[in-house]
Amino acid sequence: MLKNISNLGDSALYCDFGNEINKETNSYVIRYFKNLQKLNLKGITNLTPSYNKLIISYDLSIINFQDIKKKIKDLKLKEKETKEAKIIKIPICLDEEFSLDLNRLSKKLKIEKDNIIQSFLNKEYFCYMTGFIAGMPFLGDTRENIRLNRLETPRVKVPKGSIGITEQFCNIYTYESPGGWNIIGNTPVKIFDKSNQENPALINPGDRVIFYRISKQEYQKYNE
Amino acid sequence: MSKNYFEILRPGINSTFQDLGRFNQHHIGIPMSGAMDKRNYMIGNKLVGNNNNISAIEFAYQGPLLKLQSTKVIAAVTGNVNFKILRANSKIEEGECYETFELNDGDQIDIISTNKSVYGYFFINGGFEIESFWKSFSINTTAQIGPNDGTKFRLNQKLFIYNKEIKFQKKKIEYLNSKIEFIRVLKGTNFNYFSEEGTNNLFSKEFTVSKLTDRMGMRIEGPKIENIVETNIKSEGLIKGVIQVPGDGNPIIMLSDYGTVGGYPKIAVVISADHDRLTQLTPGSKIKFKLVELNEAENLYKLYEIETKNILNQIR
Repeated sequence: MLKNISNLGDSALYCDFGNEINKETNSYVIRYFKNLQKLNLKGITNLTPSYNKLIISYDLSIINFQDIKKKIKDLKLKEKETKEAKIIKIPICLDEEFSLDLNRLSKKLKIEKDNIIQSFLNKEYFCYMTGFIAGMPFLGDTRENIRLNRLETPRVKVPKGSIGITEQFCNIYTYESPGGWNIIGNTPVKIFDKSNQENPALINPGDRVIFYRISKQEYQKYNE
Repeated sequence: MSKNYFEILRPGINSTFQDLGRFNQHHIGIPMSGAMDKRNYMIGNKLVGNNNNISAIEFAYQGPLLKLQSTKVIAAVTGNVNFKILRANSKIEEGECYETFELNDGDQIDIISTNKSVYGYFFINGGFEIESFWKSFSINTTAQIGPNDGTKFRLNQKLFIYNKEIKFQKKKIEYLNSKIEFIRVLKGTNFNYFSEEGTNNLFSKEFTVSKLTDRMGMRIEGPKIENIVETNIKSEGLIKGVIQVPGDGNPIIMLSDYGTVGGYPKIAVVISADHDRLTQLTPGSKIKFKLVELNEAENLYKLYEIETKNILNQIR
């Protein structure tokens, strides 16, 4: 539930849904986000849902903290959407060329590489949020046996399409970008398509994701 | 495409198209972007007779050298900028900011440098013939979003323009970009994560703008700000002006092309009224922070808006 509303600077509301990170907390964040998106309240300039917070940015020349806080407090959420969550299947190539941190994971976790791969593949993931860079999905939760902190020194460049894991989360680098997640593979799928302005992000908050393994040959042929 | 364009004879350091920014796309990871100095953006558009939906060229430090291949256009430059107009007949004129001038076929505008500031703007009546992305013309080079493939200007490119051919009328205002003594901030949502000494340092010591500063963020150097709780938080939303402090104790202020979520604790947030002047601080500038309350920040923004309106109303 929405536990507390405070301010982030003078032009954003900081809505706190609790400290715990789980699907239940996150589903409230997403419900508020989707309801507000539909309402399209005057003065709101951005909605930023994350694991357990929702930030509502507004135009200070149109509305201020007290007014918008009241609107959010009084907001009557529409019934949950009955629509089944979308399940998206993402191919992943785990060839050595792409699995940049599999050796590190294996060493640090003291688990065989094949077991890490099996633990990773054999799981349905939930999209908590999209962000940091355009279209990057933050997925969870990974199995407990493959959880590890991020790299001590982040990479300056993580290749586009890289799939990384850290703690209980997994993400996909939609662009080449700096980053510190443990990279286990790469997908040839376009996760963010800027030419599709209506629906640019393939994976959105609340979606479910399953990874399936492809060979390097299939990877190379994927976009032909 | 029209036959009217500017040819880029020198692109400048970081020249892009910008407008008031891109709204309502945070949830897919796209930040606001938009002009770093909003007031100068609005003044320039008003001078050349554009509304604020028409984009300008924003440049940093050194601007572009552009040659016009078109019939007459009405143009203006805002900011604290040195520039020259090289006429087709070889005559050279000193440029003056905050007043309109005509450019004719074959004329060049040489935007030499910004003076004790970072960003300046170049406007033409009718604007540039470019495509909008999520209803904005702003270029975000980090995410490669916006017109020009989301990249900064390159040598020999052509920037096509809409030429409305309106009658030239000199428009001019007196405007001085004011200096700022303090950057005013509100407490951030993780203010209590930092030691008393750390927060005291933030409000009493001087900080220096680092060279590692761009449209995404401004790094500042000064006394380290010690975190006594946790140097990472679960990633959550960011906005322009948020001051994050990573584990190394050196603050980073988010600017227009910020990542939409981040996992470092937020010690403070710069008030909206001070954004324009903050972004104009050059590397090496000294800054001091001052803590204010929310209602004060809201009143200061009202004041900023009234000032902006008064400036714009001088342009008729």
